Amino acid sequence: MSTEITGISIMFVLLILLAIPLGKYIGKVYSNEKTWLDGLLNPIDRFFFKLGGVNPLKEMNWKQHLLALLTINFIWFLLSMFVLMNMSWLPLNPDHNPSMPADLAFNTTISFISNTNLQHYSGETGMSYFGQLTVMLFQFISAGCGMAMAAVVFFAMKEKATDKLGNFYFFFIRTCSRILLPLALVAAVIFAFNGVPMTFKGKDTITSLQGDTVQVSRGPVAAFVAIKQLGTNGGGFFGPNSAHPLENPSYFTNIIQTIYILLIPIAMVFTMGYILKRRKLAWVIFGVMLTGFLLLLIPTIINEMNGNMAITKMGIAQPLGSMEGKEIRFGSAASAYWAINTTCTSNGSVNAMHDSLTPLSGMFVMLGMMVNSLFGGVGVGFLNFYIFIILAVFISGLMVGRTPEFLGKKIEAREMKIAMIIALLHPLLILAGTAISSYLYAHNSTAYASWLNNPGYHGFSEMLYEYTSSSANNGSGFEGLGDNTPFWNITCGIVMLLGRYLPIIGPVAIAGILANKKYIPESAGTLKTDTGTFGLMVFAVIVIVAALSFFPALALGPIAEHFSIH
Amino acid sequence: MKEHIFPAIKITFVSLLFFSGIYTLIVLGVVQFSTNKGDGSIIKENGKKYYSNVGQKFTDDKYFWSRPSAVDYNAASAGGSNKGPTNPQYLAQVQARTDTFLVHNPGVKKEDIPSDLVTSSGSGLDPHISVQAANVQIDRIAKIRGIAAANIEQLILSNTEKPLLCFMGTERINVLKLNLALDNLK
Repeated sequence: MSTEITGISIMFVLLILLAIPLGKYIGKVYSNEKTWLDGLLNPIDRFFFKLGGVNPLKEMNWKQHLLALLTINFIWFLLSMFVLMNMSWLPLNPDHNPSMPADLAFNTTISFISNTNLQHYSGETGMSYFGQLTVMLFQFISAGCGMAMAAVVFFAMKEKATDKLGNFYFFFIRTCSRILLPLALVAAVIFAFNGVPMTFKGKDTITSLQGDTVQVSRGPVAAFVAIKQLGTNGGGFFGPNSAHPLENPSYFTNIIQTIYILLIPIAMVFTMGYILKRRKLAWVIFGVMLTGFLLLLIPTIINEMNGNMAITKMGIAQPLGSMEGKEIRFGSAASAYWAINTTCTSNGSVNAMHDSLTPLSGMFVMLGMMVNSLFGGVGVGFLNFYIFIILAVFISGLMVGRTPEFLGKKIEAREMKIAMIIALLHPLLILAGTAISSYLYAHNSTAYASWLNNPGYHGFSEMLYEYTSSSANNGSGFEGLGDNTPFWNITCGIVMLLGRYLPIIGPVAIAGILANKKYIPESAGTLKTDTGTFGLMVFAVIVIVAALSFFPALALGPIAEHFSIH
Repeated sequence: MKEHIFPAIKITFVSLLFFSGIYTLIVLGVVQFSTNKGDGSIIKENGKKYYSNVGQKFTDDKYFWSRPSAVDYNAASAGGSNKGPTNPQYLAQVQARTDTFLVHNPGVKKEDIPSDLVTSSGSGLDPHISVQAANVQIDRIAKIRGIAAANIEQLILSNTEKPLLCFMGTERINVLKLNLALDNLK
């Protein structure tokens, strides 16, 4: 037992030790300061800027940033739809997998350009290697987009009153070439040398020791897994994601993959501290995020290590904890640790099946996605947190009777309206989606019988999880849900689309508007945001919003299920 | 819009070349220096080839059983059961697996069966079982193969994989390697 706890403790310590210097490095990349990779990467960047025909020094205002972002995302949409619907005749398809029908291609396209990586297909049978490499491209560049937008917000938070907030292509391309590419290469090589396949050969056929004939799917997995973990993408090469022994063969590869989930999301907090020269604010934000993270993590580990109560009641021993849907080489502790990592960030890769988690663990992983800003996705996690900061500043301002200010900029009605809309959008998408699907199922459960793999409360949780994961751009699933139908493909596609772009547009708009305002120097009456008190305030806002929005739905799903076996 | 559309198209294609193409080729190039050249971990035994990480189905009484699998160890379409913890149909299945195990292993008590032997893994391809899961099968295999139980115990001991660096993660046994060793024991 204790070696399992030691394992995850070491993963966590290594993570923090790597994330803090990485945050500083990312800050240097965005501020155009010298870094040790310049000699190698300057030519690559120049190549990108030249062939792309962009001037990386031309500054943009927040509207131009958003326009550039949305335009390039639209091009990706077209490219992805074309590739996914024509895979059968395109090259690199040794297993002769079919093209996707339109509804599935729509879902998958939105899923990958929005950094969600929800997968209603199974990689072994639903994708050619050409398709896999195309979606791998989106794993790089969708992450790059999210981080570029966070960089815009960081620069907008500076004291200067300006509408010039850097260049989109500068942030975006440097993110991909200087942050994502080197880190992905390191991990891909480590994986490839530790039993993860990296080949363009198709399925292999072997005879098992007992004499069965077995086909084994392979592919360029190592390259794919590295970026899927790093960019909070999470889309697996194979159906069972990182539970698959070829995608994550050992405890050692599991350590690296787990660290890669949270590496950039944590680093981005310190990047903000570096760019704004406000280290203390970074530590306060880190403290709030970490507190929420640990509050979800610790009970999940305890629940999974204690095992499934329903199986205990049958008189079966569970020395390793709850093992349904889990792999022996990771054990229940490292699986629970991964589950909270992947849902607090918007990663969504799994190394154990979330559908088979014990009921309360199922609730904690959903809560991670419902809050969606305890570190959160690369770049966008910070944007979500920024909304909560604005809300907390406003409420604190009201409590002490002063005009709310954040970092010397007055927050007024327009910014508050945007912040409220964005804060309420996420619960609206989740609850409306779940309500519609529950209504359909409840009124015609025979027609939709193939939707749910589990009856009762857990079936409701499967639907709730799917929309939560879509809206949070997470991509993990209670995979028992029979989700490859036009209804789920289209509704989840729409939810992912709205859940991605509106929560980017909102914070960037607020930050852009605030950047334009006059800076008010700090005085005795200023609400200090880099204090523990303010951190507590932000935390309270997060808890209240999450509890008011989601408690009723959670009570119908995981909480009811929990009490049914206790 | 217009000032962004051509850069967007051009940057997309340069990215495609770079992140799908060159990145993949670099990893592919480097992996040629590894022992199996990117084919995964392979063991060759008696002229046959096995993937050491991909679990196999073992249901014969003369072999150590592997864990149940929701996909019957089909490595071309892997997956878990995705059964919820309170699903009555699932609990009945666990009960049935327990009963089957007890029939094949007379003398074993129900509370000695560790749950990994009656629950399916996340991938359906789990190559490992726990040490308890191997120990509880000793008597059956000793009887069928006519080998002293002590020898099999020794075999399990030498095939037990320690936690990483002895202090991180779980202790486990690769079922395929254990069964290959068992076949070579005679």
